Amino acid sequence: MSVTNDQIKLHGLKLEEYKKIKDLLGRESNLLELGIFSAMWNEHCSYKSSRIHLKKLPTKNEIVIQGPGENAGVIDIGDDDAIVFKIESHNHPSFIEPYQGAATGVGGILRDVFTMGARPIALMNSIHFGSPENSKTQNLLNGVVSGIGGYGNSVGIPTVGGEIKFNSTYNENILVNAMAIGHANKNKIFYSKAKGINKSVVYVGSKTGRDGIHGATMASAEFDENSDEKKPTVQVGDPFTEKLLLEACLELMKDNSIISIQDMGAAGLTSSSVEMASKGKLGIELDLNKVPCREKNMTPYEMMLSESQERMLLILEDDKEKEAKKIFDKWDLDFVVIGKTTDTNRLILNYDNKKVADIPIKALADKAPVYDRSWSKSKPIKNKVKVKDLKKIKIEDALIKILSSPNHSNKNWITDQYDQIVMCDTIQKSGGDSAVIRIHKKDKAIAVSVDSSANYCKADPKVGGKQIVCENWRNLISVGAKPLAITNCLNFGNPEKKEVMGEFVECLEGIKEACEFLNYPIVSGNVSFYNETNSKSIYPTPVIGGVGVIENLKKVIDINTKKTGNLILIIGKTIGHLDQSAFLQENFSIFDGPPPEINLTNEKNNGLAVLKLIKDNLVQSAHDISSGGILVSLAEMSMFSGLGLKIFKPKKLTNHIEYFFGEDQGRYLIEISPNNKSKVENILKKNNVFFDHVAEVQNDTFEIEKVLNLKIKDLHFYNNQWYKKYNGIN
Amino acid sequence: MKFEVTVTLKKDVLDPQGKVVSQTLKNIGIKNLTQVRQGKYFEIDVDEKDSSKAIDQVKEMCEKLLVNQIIEDFKIKKAG
Amino acid sequence: MKSSVIVFPGSNCDRDIAIALEKLQFKNSMVWHKETELPKSDLIVLPGGFSYGDYLRSGAIAAKSNILSEVVDAGKKGALVLGICNGFQILIECGLLKGALLRNSGLKFISKDIFVKVISNKNKFFNKYQSEEVLKLNIAHNEGNYFTNKEHLKELEDNDLIPIKYCNEKGEIDSNSNPNGSINNIAGIFNNNKNILGMMPHPERMSDKLLSSEDGLPLFLSLIN
Repeated sequence: MSVTNDQIKLHGLKLEEYKKIKDLLGRESNLLELGIFSAMWNEHCSYKSSRIHLKKLPTKNEIVIQGPGENAGVIDIGDDDAIVFKIESHNHPSFIEPYQGAATGVGGILRDVFTMGARPIALMNSIHFGSPENSKTQNLLNGVVSGIGGYGNSVGIPTVGGEIKFNSTYNENILVNAMAIGHANKNKIFYSKAKGINKSVVYVGSKTGRDGIHGATMASAEFDENSDEKKPTVQVGDPFTEKLLLEACLELMKDNSIISIQDMGAAGLTSSSVEMASKGKLGIELDLNKVPCREKNMTPYEMMLSESQERMLLILEDDKEKEAKKIFDKWDLDFVVIGKTTDTNRLILNYDNKKVADIPIKALADKAPVYDRSWSKSKPIKNKVKVKDLKKIKIEDALIKILSSPNHSNKNWITDQYDQIVMCDTIQKSGGDSAVIRIHKKDKAIAVSVDSSANYCKADPKVGGKQIVCENWRNLISVGAKPLAITNCLNFGNPEKKEVMGEFVECLEGIKEACEFLNYPIVSGNVSFYNETNSKSIYPTPVIGGVGVIENLKKVIDINTKKTGNLILIIGKTIGHLDQSAFLQENFSIFDGPPPEINLTNEKNNGLAVLKLIKDNLVQSAHDISSGGILVSLAEMSMFSGLGLKIFKPKKLTNHIEYFFGEDQGRYLIEISPNNKSKVENILKKNNVFFDHVAEVQNDTFEIEKVLNLKIKDLHFYNNQWYKKYNGIN
Repeated sequence: MKFEVTVTLKKDVLDPQGKVVSQTLKNIGIKNLTQVRQGKYFEIDVDEKDSSKAIDQVKEMCEKLLVNQIIEDFKIKKAG
Repeated sequence: MKSSVIVFPGSNCDRDIAIALEKLQFKNSMVWHKETELPKSDLIVLPGGFSYGDYLRSGAIAAKSNILSEVVDAGKKGALVLGICNGFQILIECGLLKGALLRNSGLKFISKDIFVKVISNKNKFFNKYQSEEVLKLNIAHNEGNYFTNKEHLKELEDNDLIPIKYCNEKGEIDSNSNPNGSINNIAGIFNNNKNILGMMPHPERMSDKLLSSEDGLPLFLSLIN
């Protein structure tokens, strides 16, 4: 029985794509095969619109053990330690059911990491919501935050930080990106590539239900008024089973019984079996009657396309089944041999003693369509904004306005819902520039930061792309870490639109340029297109998750100012770039103008100089300067420590607003002891780094003479005001 | 007018709690058990004499708040 | 000193507590919930986490596991038993401690550093602390809102069975310093013999200077003598 045009369209395939399927099969496909093709060929699994552009990114250097293409990226952090990490989006499911969408997003990214043999040690996230006033925002925000916490807390992996942003561009398309970081022995990394013929293919974990049938297809289609009908496809997460699966897999990984392992994520059994066979250049044959099912009368179609969570596929060495099964029995998890590897190079599915599908593996994996979609060059905003009443505004009022805005206000009310401490290796939790996590029982740590700058990317995609990489790099430097590698989650609108594709291409150009210059490779990632509702695309929002290493725990730096009398130096040059700044957005509602320029040479030079000062024990606290400029960054340091600052007026820039609120890039604030002043200055001069004195640490007053005078408790008050109002707390 | 509202997970939606409870009941020796599904129960009192109007109101409560219709179903029963 | 940490499916602070105990030279064994015999030990710990996913009621299902009947027997015979967070919930579900742990009053999971005041140090668990000492500990729970009836509350207060109460940095015990709505700011309770302690805050999370404070360590040190 052949399939109809309607069925083809319902599966999100174009008719010309189906023609290709027919050619590859040499016949018409049946419905099951069509489902399998649609799952493998959709945007989410095949990267058909992005692949040719992603290829250009730098993905290798001396520390990269595994780049993109596996479940997660792997880097070498010295000794035998490897860090395994990846970020992934769960945007569409989270908009439909925020709790479960976010929870299963966390579950999926955790599996990507422990599949590779790593114990997850931290979770991060980047979540973007529409304007706080939008009627949907509050529910979505609460649901997503509870879902992230509910899953991570239960599995017992600390959620150590991330970013939460509001912008009306996300009113109908929120972003939920979750990142997981794991630690492994670098000689014991597990891969998905199958090896050997006639090896057992084993299904472990939860049973298969009718969850999320065609979820992967949903993630590749834009929303419209009929999205409600797509609702029943959302999966429910079971963090308890995930924890059992995690422990069982890690226990099994201690010996040498696993040849290959793959998580059943999007497109479940289909993508995992095809992936394993394709990488191993083998065939795979499954007996679907053996698949553990949760519901009665499940069809082969449902089994192959189900996205039930907390499942894995393993290929085992001969004679290891018994011992392996013992481990999964101990953890009360299903363990069933459902098939074997073959030399046919085909995916063959049997059900009730009949062959129900027979597809060349190559057709599914390598022959998926690749599109070089047309794109148009963006028109970056070049003209600077002129603000008439700029000087009328009082600096103190402007600062308060920014500190009490949704995007800059204190987010503890969110992060207090995440267990940040479990596993007892969290040295720095959220709120600082990066999270710092100790390598268990060792004297070293990793730092992790997640960043995005959608406003900058919208105004100038290429500059924006460069900027996020640099900001991420800076955040790691600020805690004393040597930045090593990144993962990226590329959230964009509809790639079939020229302008959106243009934003994608140019953001990537920017990312590529910065990564190459900073020797900061991309080792894993994910692309989320079709973040669009009723033809309105979101701002281009690439999210960067960076990992760095701190070789000596004594050299971890935080943003807490330490001692009165200490000096605060600014590293990097201040020009006073106000366009696209928090200052103009919060005080004048101006969202126009070009983003600040990135000078990669200065960026690198400044960063390395700060790292050197930290290594030489000359820095007591540090903070990068980002959104809000110098004054907001100083206020953040003060709020953290409870110590005040006496802030000096600029010597050269006459426009104080531009000086205090400009968002020039490549800048840091560092606290040093007055005794080390000349030593620090000499090092900075020797390295041609621009610096200046901006403030001195004092007791509890945050002040600029005759301009601003606030107590630290006032800063806290303004910084905490928004969420209290928003959540109706008095 | 009083109503009883039972909220259950939709038929094919995974119920992690039910799964664990059912396994535990078996472990402690309960026999002949095939499945446990967990739900919620509400008792609602509406100040309305017209029963069809009252039912509509309870229905509205379910749809707007009590029930997550993406994963749950509900039944309304008049009490007493 | 020998200790046993009971591991349930879904426990996730088992490793953390084991590390704190081993740091103080406890000879610790991890005991899987399906075991039917407890190794000989001076201290039995029910660790924090989400045993059985917190499904049904937190701690309810763990309370039905094989090893728990052994723990109950040992506890009744006077063995030292410490339940932290989910472990406290299990102690209540299995009847070794009285009362209930309700959903936090703010209806949200809370994970943060808090302060508790040592109300009573005349017991085996808190004797290395000063009376009225203010400790910084960490909490992470959804159901930590302790509740009990009037008679039992009076019994707890009158017999020195409440070793710690939530307070602020200055040691003031009031509603503002109560993170979860617990009655009388109770953060932990004893059974009548003071050999079984249940507490919501995690002392093991405050056992490493590099991470935070070491305010949790004296609790384990107290047990050594």
